[in-house]
Amino acid sequence: MSFPIQHAIYLSLGLFTLGVVGVFLRRNIITVFMCIELMLNAVNLAFVAFSRAQGALDGQILVFFVMTVAAAEAAVGLAIVIALHRTRDTLDVDAFNTLKW
Amino acid sequence: MTPVMQELLIAVVKVAVLINVLLGVFSGMTYLERRVLAFMQFRLGPNRTGPFGLLQPIADGIKLFFKEEAMPEGASRWAFVAAPIVSIATAFTAIAVIPYGPPVRIPSFEFLPEWLRGREVSMQVADLNVGLLFIFAITALGVYGIVMAGWAANNKYSLLGGLRSSAQMFSYELSLGLSWVGIIMLAGSFKVADIVNSQAGGFWNWNACPGRQFFAFIVYLIAGTAEVSRTPFDLPEGETELVAGFHTEYSSMKFALMQMAEYINMITVAVLVSNLFLGGWHSGVPGIGPSFFWFVGKVAAMLFFFVWLRGTLPRFRYDQLMHFGWKVLIPVAAVNVLATATWVTLVR
Amino acid sequence: MLEAILFYAFGGLALASAVGVIAQKNPILSALSLIVTLCSLSAIFGLLGSPFIAALQVIVYAGAIMVLFLFVLMLLNVPRQEEGDGPRGMLKAVAILLGLLFVVQVGAVVAAHEHAAAPAGYEATTESVAQLLFSARFLYVFEATSVLILAALVGAVALAKKDL
Repeated sequence: MSFPIQHAIYLSLGLFTLGVVGVFLRRNIITVFMCIELMLNAVNLAFVAFSRAQGALDGQILVFFVMTVAAAEAAVGLAIVIALHRTRDTLDVDAFNTLKW
Repeated sequence: MTPVMQELLIAVVKVAVLINVLLGVFSGMTYLERRVLAFMQFRLGPNRTGPFGLLQPIADGIKLFFKEEAMPEGASRWAFVAAPIVSIATAFTAIAVIPYGPPVRIPSFEFLPEWLRGREVSMQVADLNVGLLFIFAITALGVYGIVMAGWAANNKYSLLGGLRSSAQMFSYELSLGLSWVGIIMLAGSFKVADIVNSQAGGFWNWNACPGRQFFAFIVYLIAGTAEVSRTPFDLPEGETELVAGFHTEYSSMKFALMQMAEYINMITVAVLVSNLFLGGWHSGVPGIGPSFFWFVGKVAAMLFFFVWLRGTLPRFRYDQLMHFGWKVLIPVAAVNVLATATWVTLVR
Repeated sequence: MLEAILFYAFGGLALASAVGVIAQKNPILSALSLIVTLCSLSAIFGLLGSPFIAALQVIVYAGAIMVLFLFVLMLLNVPRQEEGDGPRGMLKAVAILLGLLFVVQVGAVVAAHEHAAAPAGYEATTESVAQLLFSARFLYVFEATSVLILAALVGAVALAKKDL
């Protein structure tokens, strides 16, 4: 392997930051969701890189579980978004600012 | 030449040969399908262009090449162009990791360079450790070509057709994957070459036989037919439904690419059935050795089976299709996995 | 050598399409950029010696979760130019500045630690990962995850139904 592991960690850091900035900047709920998925993937990359650096396979198992949890969260989250859209008919984050429906 | 460069060169040659052979088989299939279907329906099919209509694929190609390329006004430019590219790229990528015959030994000719004489070359472009998982992943990506095509055309029939078609595809993907788990357990490896070699011996060793993975074979036949949208699951492209489904707005080369992707997917399923369930390049008779031609015969039989299905069965309705995929095929495939796992644990 | 070129190429592609995710106006193009990011990450996983996780990333993330996202986006018919007024220019600049600050700070911490290359005998094949996954250490967590997925399945269907 001819590239230093550091660079994979930097890439993971860059992707994570882009995800965080995206959550701040975007107004559509589903786009915010996608930036959360981006953050989860950056973390997956960090886990795999560290797992390789240490020669232990635990990182891979953790990536497996992170993917599973991300899938479950995406399913439930999107179901909630569909229910929200049904009541308010918009997907703008700022529109859901009162508990009254 | 370093070993890496040698491998790269051999891989490039294999890719060139494979793409050309596939394109040839694709055009042959378009002609043969129309002829055989016609004979099954008591009519003649194309028999005017050239002797016995053999020049029909060439005529079709010329026609598609020269048609006008139209893009609808509100269409999303990037996605409209990218959709057929994604379809054809995934179709060709999936077919790159499947072996087509036993490894071939290049004879020591004089004009060949030193490193090439007597070298044993596998008949597969890339021999991945996780071969079947890779094929499954690429098939999962093929859904995007259809989703993008349906959405990008800015046409409600396209969108509905694209959504229906992709829902059908990923509904049957689950039982497709589950049907493979049984044979992976029996062979002990994800590599397709290993799975083929685990079926050596007589034809009773083939994975399609009742003693081995018969139910997985049936499930995979049905799921594979649904994956590539062939009759009886061809709701996406049925002429009487939703205009023409997701490829309503496509014409000329983009349409040709999408048709090519569909046929190559069908060829992939036929090749995979022959390799995974019908013994690949091994003959069924214990005395006769393995050869590339057994493989070709089995693939031809499978392709004829697909055309036969098209000529015989009516189309499923959409809700019947979804019910069947989720409520019938997945439980059958899951029970098959359970039974195989129990047998493997107890007996080995 | 080839590995380094491929790593930097896919890394660049991942970063570019991640910028595309947060910068595109149309959410469907955002989703398509995210799919490109996921596939390039899968290639990087393969380069880091984990073929199983690479295949799983494409099958689960790019092949299933993103299809779910795209379906919801298309069915809810999100309008194309929906971000008429995002946060005003000042807030955008502050967000990007804070992001850069974060990168610099954590990057400094990462750079301060040396990480050795992979020790020999690192085999992240499917067999070894599966051995570890079904061993006594992770078996309970694995079974709990399957209960989690069942709960998510029931929850998603219950939440999205029209008549509760």
